[in-house]
Amino acid sequence: MENKTEINAKGKKGTEALLKVEDLSLSFIQYASGLRQTELKVICNLSIQANRGEILAVVGSSGSGKSLLAHAILGILPSNAKLDGKIEYDGQELTQKNKEDLRGKEIALVPQSVTYLDPLMKISNQVIGAVEEGKEGLMKKLQREIFQKYDLKPDVERMFPHELSGGMARRVLVSTAVMSSAKLIIADEPTPGLDEKTLNETLSYFKDMANKGCAVMLITHDIEAALKISDKIAVFYAGTVLEVANVKDFKNDGENLRHPYTRALWNALPQNKFQAIKGHQPMQDEVVDGCIFYERCSKKNELCSKGIPQFKKVNGGVVRCNNVS
Amino acid sequence: MCLKGENISFGYKRNNLILNDVSISLDRGKVLGLIGDSGSGKSTLCKILAGYENNYQGKVSIDGKEVLTKGYNPVQLVFQHPEKAVNPKWKMKDILNEGSNVSQDILDSFGIKKSWLNRWPNELSGGELQRFALARALGSETRYLIADEITTMLDAITQAQIWNMVLDIVKERNIGVLVVSHEKNLIKKLCHDVVYFKDINSVRHY
Repeated sequence: MENKTEINAKGKKGTEALLKVEDLSLSFIQYASGLRQTELKVICNLSIQANRGEILAVVGSSGSGKSLLAHAILGILPSNAKLDGKIEYDGQELTQKNKEDLRGKEIALVPQSVTYLDPLMKISNQVIGAVEEGKEGLMKKLQREIFQKYDLKPDVERMFPHELSGGMARRVLVSTAVMSSAKLIIADEPTPGLDEKTLNETLSYFKDMANKGCAVMLITHDIEAALKISDKIAVFYAGTVLEVANVKDFKNDGENLRHPYTRALWNALPQNKFQAIKGHQPMQDEVVDGCIFYERCSKKNELCSKGIPQFKKVNGGVVRCNNVS
Repeated sequence: MCLKGENISFGYKRNNLILNDVSISLDRGKVLGLIGDSGSGKSTLCKILAGYENNYQGKVSIDGKEVLTKGYNPVQLVFQHPEKAVNPKWKMKDILNEGSNVSQDILDSFGIKKSWLNRWPNELSGGELQRFALARALGSETRYLIADEITTMLDAITQAQIWNMVLDIVKERNIGVLVVSHEKNLIKKLCHDVVYFKDINSVRHY
């Protein structure tokens, strides 16, 4: 397939893909009225790849389907979800059974919110999780080491989640991922609402993991945070990836960025132009024939309203846009 | 003409004060930024100023007068998570007009589409819901707006859209705005003046 070769080619020398997502589509079956069912498409034709030792940021607005991508990889979608396309982990196709075997061991999720912690369970038990018999002592020791590294005091292990501050809870969530010695870390919006110091600390934990050879997928809407630590940025819009750019492309007026949406996103930052383009991301029940960004695009032409643009490799990144050469 | 909080102290437990002797003042027509560490009590102060919290010590006054407990509060608070500030079992048009009838002008300036009014809250994205929350809070009697991390969960384009709209409206109607955010760049762009929480609050937190 065309997409595949292009995406493979963009990998740096010496880096290996740990996770490959190809042409992924996800829809939900819903009851519209009475027994009539409709299919709501939330992700379409999505392809990305996470490499060992690298951080891939997935940046996009709320409601663009970023979290659903994470849930699709982990196999924790609700039962009315319909998944098409291919997800490969370490060269092996990820089936639902594989996902269940691997998650929590090789693939770890750092969830968005503290509500993912069990409110009635002590912190240390949650971080260690279910351990085989005879290994408890070993795991306890490991947990203490990790807590010490993340500057969590010994009495934290006996606390309950409501006793933690926002920053502490974040460190606890990250340490659950480190405990599992996972190779692929998926972090779902780990940064909003953190003050600058805690934010930089949290980001450095992910950088550490990547330096140890893990592949990290950082899902966020905070493009600034993503730029601080990532190697590549995948820009998500209305359920698909419009561009995969390198961090160094984000500078000046964004003239090195390939897609008009990415450029608009960059110019909307308060430290840049604080300039907003008009319009809204299309709703999931709106059917768009051509490019998903058509309505808001400043460079659109007739071709753009007919058919989804193919991925093109431009300047060391990939983009889905007809007007780039 | 200003919203004033004087010598405010507040705590859930007697020996653990969250706010200790805090004073803050916000002028009409001014945009004031408030920056502080997480857990330092910024949101608690916002709630007290907007009349959500009663058991505090100190005094809150609006344009020199005491806050009335009845009627439309001229100080309106908008939260970080709009989905938690709407009734999930009401349609958007009912949510919007609960307090007062929101004018078409406001709806137009926030870009709220007619078709959204018949939707349920879970059928709109966070950015769309936040527009409703702001339109609802900017009724004709609003004099002060407290924006507690209102765009933290939104992408940069939606953030710029929303703030540009809010700034236009508050300028036109001479409304005072308190902007709480962790994003220094945003504060720098929006505000006439900035207060740092550690400067106005002497209590240390862990």
